[in-house]
Amino acid sequence: MATKVVMEALSPTMEEGRLVTWLKKEGDKIATGDTLAEVETDKAVMELVARGAGILRQIVVGEGQTVDVASLVAIIAAADEDISEIAGASSAPAAAAPPLAPSEAASEATPEPKPATVASDGGRVKASPLARKMASEKGIDLASLQGSGPAGRIIKRDLASASAVPVTAAAPTPGGFEDVPLTQIRKTIARRLAASIGPVPHFFLTTTIDMENVADARAQLNATGNGKISFNDIIVKVVAMALAKHRACNAWWQEDSIRYFNDVHMSIAVAIEDGLITPVVRNADQKSLREISAETKELVGRAQDRKLKPEEYTGGTFSVSNLGMFGIDQFTAIINPPEAGIIAVGGIAEEPSAHNGEIVVRKKMKLTMSCDHRVIDGATGAAFLQTVKQMLENPLAIVW
Amino acid sequence: MTNPNKNVVDSARGDEYRDWLKQMTLIRRFEEAAGEAYAIGHIGGFCHLYVGQEAVAVGSNAALKEGDVIMCSYREHGHALVRGVSARAVMAELFGKATGCSAGKGGSMHMFDTTKGMLGGHGIVAGQIPLATGAAFSFKYNKTDNVAVSYFGEAAVNNGAFHEALNMAALWNLPVVFICENNRYGMGTALERSHAVWNIHERSCSYDMESEIADGMDVLDTNRVMSKAVERARKDGIPTLIEARTYRFMGHSMSDPIHGHYRTKEEVESQKERDPLITFANQLKDAGLLTDEDIKQIEASVAEEVADALTFAEESDIPDASALFTDVYAD
Amino acid sequence: MAILTYRDALNEALAEEMERDPSVFLMGEEVAVYQGAYKVSKGLLDRFGEDRVVDTPITELGFAGLGVGAAMTGTRPVIEFMTFNFALLAIDQIVNSAAKMLYMSGGQIPIPMVFRGPGGAALQLGAQHSQAFESWYANIPGLKVVMPATPADAKGLLKSSIRDNNPVIFIEGEMLYNMKGEVPEGEHLVPLGVADIKRPGNDVTLVSHSKTVAVALKAAEQLSADGIDAEVIDLRTIRPLDIDALTASVKKTNRCVVVEEGWNFCGVGAQVVDDLQRTAFDYLDAPILRVTGADVPMPYNKQLEKASKPSPDRIIDAVKRVSYQD
Repeated sequence: MATKVVMEALSPTMEEGRLVTWLKKEGDKIATGDTLAEVETDKAVMELVARGAGILRQIVVGEGQTVDVASLVAIIAAADEDISEIAGASSAPAAAAPPLAPSEAASEATPEPKPATVASDGGRVKASPLARKMASEKGIDLASLQGSGPAGRIIKRDLASASAVPVTAAAPTPGGFEDVPLTQIRKTIARRLAASIGPVPHFFLTTTIDMENVADARAQLNATGNGKISFNDIIVKVVAMALAKHRACNAWWQEDSIRYFNDVHMSIAVAIEDGLITPVVRNADQKSLREISAETKELVGRAQDRKLKPEEYTGGTFSVSNLGMFGIDQFTAIINPPEAGIIAVGGIAEEPSAHNGEIVVRKKMKLTMSCDHRVIDGATGAAFLQTVKQMLENPLAIVW
Repeated sequence: MTNPNKNVVDSARGDEYRDWLKQMTLIRRFEEAAGEAYAIGHIGGFCHLYVGQEAVAVGSNAALKEGDVIMCSYREHGHALVRGVSARAVMAELFGKATGCSAGKGGSMHMFDTTKGMLGGHGIVAGQIPLATGAAFSFKYNKTDNVAVSYFGEAAVNNGAFHEALNMAALWNLPVVFICENNRYGMGTALERSHAVWNIHERSCSYDMESEIADGMDVLDTNRVMSKAVERARKDGIPTLIEARTYRFMGHSMSDPIHGHYRTKEEVESQKERDPLITFANQLKDAGLLTDEDIKQIEASVAEEVADALTFAEESDIPDASALFTDVYAD
Repeated sequence: MAILTYRDALNEALAEEMERDPSVFLMGEEVAVYQGAYKVSKGLLDRFGEDRVVDTPITELGFAGLGVGAAMTGTRPVIEFMTFNFALLAIDQIVNSAAKMLYMSGGQIPIPMVFRGPGGAALQLGAQHSQAFESWYANIPGLKVVMPATPADAKGLLKSSIRDNNPVIFIEGEMLYNMKGEVPEGEHLVPLGVADIKRPGNDVTLVSHSKTVAVALKAAEQLSADGIDAEVIDLRTIRPLDIDALTASVKKTNRCVVVEEGWNFCGVGAQVVDDLQRTAFDYLDAPILRVTGADVPMPYNKQLEKASKPSPDRIIDAVKRVSYQD
């Protein structure tokens, strides 16, 4: 019995995959469970494992090729088995869609789908021909817009208020440029972030935090020689603990309901080559700083190697994004749906400050929280942020 | 078949008769050549040959004058030739060439030459009958003395268009002659198997129309009957239905064997004893109006004309690609 | 300008053209003594005599074919069908003879003639007498298809059709015969193949012809109350289709609804949509919608019949959808 090797959905959001490397070649003997190939999903490079035994008779999809999930990529069969039918079928079009129900007699045919929240569909932005033409003329990136038409289609009126943004960054040298095709992960980022800023009604809260005490505490902890704790580890821990107190911010927007979590799972935005990924530190409010630190280091390391498993980067309830190490003072982050909030962490800088009646130089840091207004109201967000601020300015609170 | 009215040979008309024999010979040899050209793929589509029925076209046409028009069925190569369309133009049309009488756009079933009053082969059985009636209406309307002729097979008389047209022609006294070439088979269906009334000419009774039977294998008889009908039409606007009893020696079309399942080889062979060419040649010889030498000359002249037509058709250009889109609408 | 009914405008066109060109004659059922089933030929028998205004037996195939034969030999027949429902009997002669003669003869034989009569539904005439067949004829190369919506166009288009050297299918609106309007006197010619903007507008293009022009205008009036400024285009000629006019309008409005009384499948609107998706692709902000007759044989019952026809409400509904206001 021949085994059809197909492009498997190796992440929850994966719709297509790129075959990176074949680890077996045609004619190789294959045992069930053998790793056949490495596949780049929208999130990571994953292993494609054999689900049957025999000889790798035919490789259908070559290295570098991208195919939809469920597409045939190879055939495993006995040495003398006839696989022509399977191989032939792979080139035939997919089964026809079921016929549509006949439209109601008269005229207007099938009604168009009602507006949905997301204009893009698997990376394709839906826009009317006119909207495409207008966007092209005005230099507007359609992916930056939210469509108000059926199924999120971008239509003329959506472009009326949009302003031009450069579609491509300025080239480093005059006259020179490089066109880089989108990788799976870049496509996914584009799609998800565009999907976020549009339908999610963001609002932003910024607070400045005095980091002197945290810096002192961290210095003492690190002096013990049991590994280094980063500011980010502390922020993750504090935010997690604050969330445990403010369940209103530890939530998902689910269109027809809001899910408030009992547990706090922190998504940590990690820059990797050509993108970003959010590994999740589960139950971060319950974990010690050292545990958080060790786990984060390990997750970040594997994220940078693109070796995270899907369950390691999904399921977060709130995100932290830190650009302090890049010299950023303050920024606003885009919410990672369905989560309802994200905290953007700026760099720690010494600045003159009034402290106990005197002007002194203190270590300061700005936190900006982005809130999904459908879940979090202004006061709710502010109360939560106030808790974060108090805990960071009085780090003993961590052990209370 | 006997006909008490059958004309005797008129010795004063020797030249005319010899020309008729030449026309009949031209049709016969032309159709044989067309059959061969079809067999080697120079002619495509449907191709219905007129072999055996020559006396009808020649005898009837001889009664017409310039300005008269004929509308035929799809078995009309012979009618085109006797109307004076050149063998070159008819053969080139069969070959689908730009020099064909319909510029290569009509083909075997649609031969046209307005300058010769050849208003078409028409491909839908009985469709040409109302058309010829309309031409007659036009002649009457414009007060000309021209006559329109419609040729059709016996199978067409069961079609509504036949009856609708004959009714109006009789009702309005239109100068039209309806010639039913009764070759006994509508494709492969015998007259007796498709017609409740076997005497086609009797169909005229419904419209109180003049009608007459002609021996369609006898050019003299066909001409005699046609001459009377044309005179009636021309002088008095009285239409006539002529039933010309004839026979086709070939299959219905090139894709049909000569006898097939619907008629026996013996029947075809026995009908060939009535071959109109031989019958007429013998009549002329008996009257001293034709010699064997005359026959040789006719055959040689016709052979040359047909060979020339084949060469012309082969060497002619196909229509320019742009011809595809011309002649759809008139200016 | 004189105020005439659509019927009288047609009558005037026939009379003027018969006066102008002796080769023009009118033939059909009840056109002479009865003065026309719909009185379009009223008075013509007295004026032009029985040679030129000819009553026929009820033999549509026969007199249609006779007309073609006459057109082949020096006359310009106007063949009246009492309605185009009956022209189905004549369709062999219209399609196989009239439409193809010029081409089959290698350009030798034009067919300068008009087949005319009412088409579409009237009131409670049932399934066999209430059909819109313009898309059938428009499918045939060699035919022109003309459908006036107003008295002025009825006159101007019929005069142009009679002078055209091609077979013209001239379908009148059975429900339009009593419609009154200003009609230019004398030499009023409306060219074939030119659509007309019956109401200018900026927000949506309503494409219509024949009876549906009035329906579209009514819808446009109601839409303007909702702040939607509809442009109503009257095709006037179905074939050749004035795609330039349609394209220009849709480039302006960015949205389009096509209205017709005929059935949806392979209808006139299907052709309009096909053309526009090519010529105005980059200008469309919404898919083009169609409002057509219901996909059923026409019922007798008055309410069912009404429900089957395009109405202002159905047009408005479609306009709201292409305007994303539903």
